Amino acid sequence: MILGAGTAGTMMANHLARKIDHKNWNITIIDEHKTHYYQPGFLFIPFGTYSEKDVIKKKADFIPKKVEYISEKIEKIEPQANTIKLENGNSIEYNILIVATGCKIVPDEIDGLTDVSIWHKDAFDFYTFEGAMALQKKFENFKGGKLVIHIAEMPIKCPVAPLEFAFLADSFFTKKGIRNDIELIYATPLSGAFTKQNCSTVLGHLLSEKNIKLIPDFNIESVDSNSKKMISFDGKEIDFDCLATIPTNMGDELIENSDMGDELNFIPTDKHTLQSKDHDNIFVIGDATDLPSSKAGSVAHFQAEILTHNVMNFIKNKPLKPDFDGHANCFIESGFGKAFLIDFNYDVEPVEGKFPFPIIGPMSLLKESRLNHFGKMAFKHIYWNVLLRGLPMPGIPTQMKTWGKKL
Amino acid sequence: MAVKTFAGVEIEVNDEGYFLKHENWNKEMAQEIAEEFDINLTDEHIKILSFLRSDFESKGSLPTMRRMKKVGGIPTKDLYRLFPDGPLKKACKIAGLTKPASCI
Ligand SMILES: Cc1cc2nc3c(=O)[nH]c(=O)nc-3n(C[C@H](O)[C@H](O)[C@H](O)COP(=O)(O)OP(=O)(O)OC[C@H]3O[C@@H](n4cnc5c(N)ncnc54)[C@H](O)[C@@H]3O)c2cc1C
Repeated sequence: MILGAGTAGTMMANHLARKIDHKNWNITIIDEHKTHYYQPGFLFIPFGTYSEKDVIKKKADFIPKKVEYISEKIEKIEPQANTIKLENGNSIEYNILIVATGCKIVPDEIDGLTDVSIWHKDAFDFYTFEGAMALQKKFENFKGGKLVIHIAEMPIKCPVAPLEFAFLADSFFTKKGIRNDIELIYATPLSGAFTKQNCSTVLGHLLSEKNIKLIPDFNIESVDSNSKKMISFDGKEIDFDCLATIPTNMGDELIENSDMGDELNFIPTDKHTLQSKDHDNIFVIGDATDLPSSKAGSVAHFQAEILTHNVMNFIKNKPLKPDFDGHANCFIESGFGKAFLIDFNYDVEPVEGKFPFPIIGPMSLLKESRLNHFGKMAFKHIYWNVLLRGLPMPGIPTQMKTWGKKL
Repeated sequence: MAVKTFAGVEIEVNDEGYFLKHENWNKEMAQEIAEEFDINLTDEHIKILSFLRSDFESKGSLPTMRRMKKVGGIPTKDLYRLFPDGPLKKACKIAGLTKPASCI
């Protein structure tokens, strides 16, 4: 049984439908929503590059025929009884459970942020379809003032997205001819621009080159909706005319109802096998885990190949393979039709080099290029046609390779 | 790696002065480490240091501020009041623990 038909759950349904013995096993997948959102596309909506049609498709179109698909909200998991409970009151038993319920923003965690006077009027998120669309409207008529890009708390999914947003905003307003009327500020609870040291240095430079002011160590306590200010726990204040914030990211309440998560509803998971730490027949994949890997679609893709193998091994009573190395591969849009590419894992930081092949690349790691930007834009096609269908990405290995890298 | 003396005992610390082995720590040392930040330890401070250490010992990793609030009942505002400017980095150092890494 697979919980959640987002990026990771859909990939698992496709992988397992090809591998499993359908005479002895039934695969069921459950999700409360009927639409599948291409979340990486939300980044481009505020700037008018993408619209609704780029990011929305029907979930059912990506679920293989041999898989039973239930469209209901899941209330809780009862791991002792090997049962899940749906909101409609039904219970379903499972032999093996794969939790792929992802994570989402919880703007109510910040006092004042969702006051009706400012939420989706002057203060926005772009991590939901609705937030990204509202921001697109705002930007159409935005004439100038203080635009603050902000991260509330780590971890967040796609940790590079807020930086990309800042670079794209710089590019967007420059092309509109009003960049000089806009003060761009990047406020983060981290001590620098990014979590990974190498990247932080490179991207930190880029922020100052683009005249985006970095405010590090800003830990938000509340928003004053009247004076349009963010206030930190140690009394620092940042005022804004327009706020694009990434609120706290948390796993679904169903994890809390099931008493299976940490304080952010992320499920304790084995770093290398993806087995739940508390229950042998439960596996966790994608944004729902508590792993110190990036919460990204590319990571879920690498995990899905390994987890498929491990679920098959579990069925056959064979030992699990500790093969997940934390591999992440992310494009970082840097504005004006260029992008960076980073490739890293639990142990190896992003470095310069060529990707996926040494010397010839053709993509450059940790360097800005036009080709990387085309890679980023091609990701939409790859997502819908390759990733979700559980097919291998051409040239990109599941485990990180160090070849071609300047280590 | 370097060696520093706290409460008369030689302790191995890393380049930034964080303890290499948290077992080597005791409360007398805490006050000496705290002086580096001009902090005078009170019962309120000690309560936080104790939570940090016991949570680290049971979980094997350092708690976040959110966990300290939710599990330890320590309001984030208190952390900033008692350990101003980078509370977690300072409190972990004084508690003889490793430097908190920022999440991915
Ligand atoms: C703005 C933005 C930009 C991004 N950019 C990139 C990028 O460039 N590259 C990249 O690789 N990744 C990117 N990501 C991250 C990527 O989208 C996620 O990491 C990925 O979608 C995670 O997959 P998942 O299956 O774990 O979660 P999701 O795809 O979010 O799926 C979770 C599913 O579980 C369902 N669900 C949850 N709770 C319940 C319940 N109680 N009952 C029933 N169903 C439930 C939800 O409806 C959802 O369909 C970006 C994300 C955002 C928001």
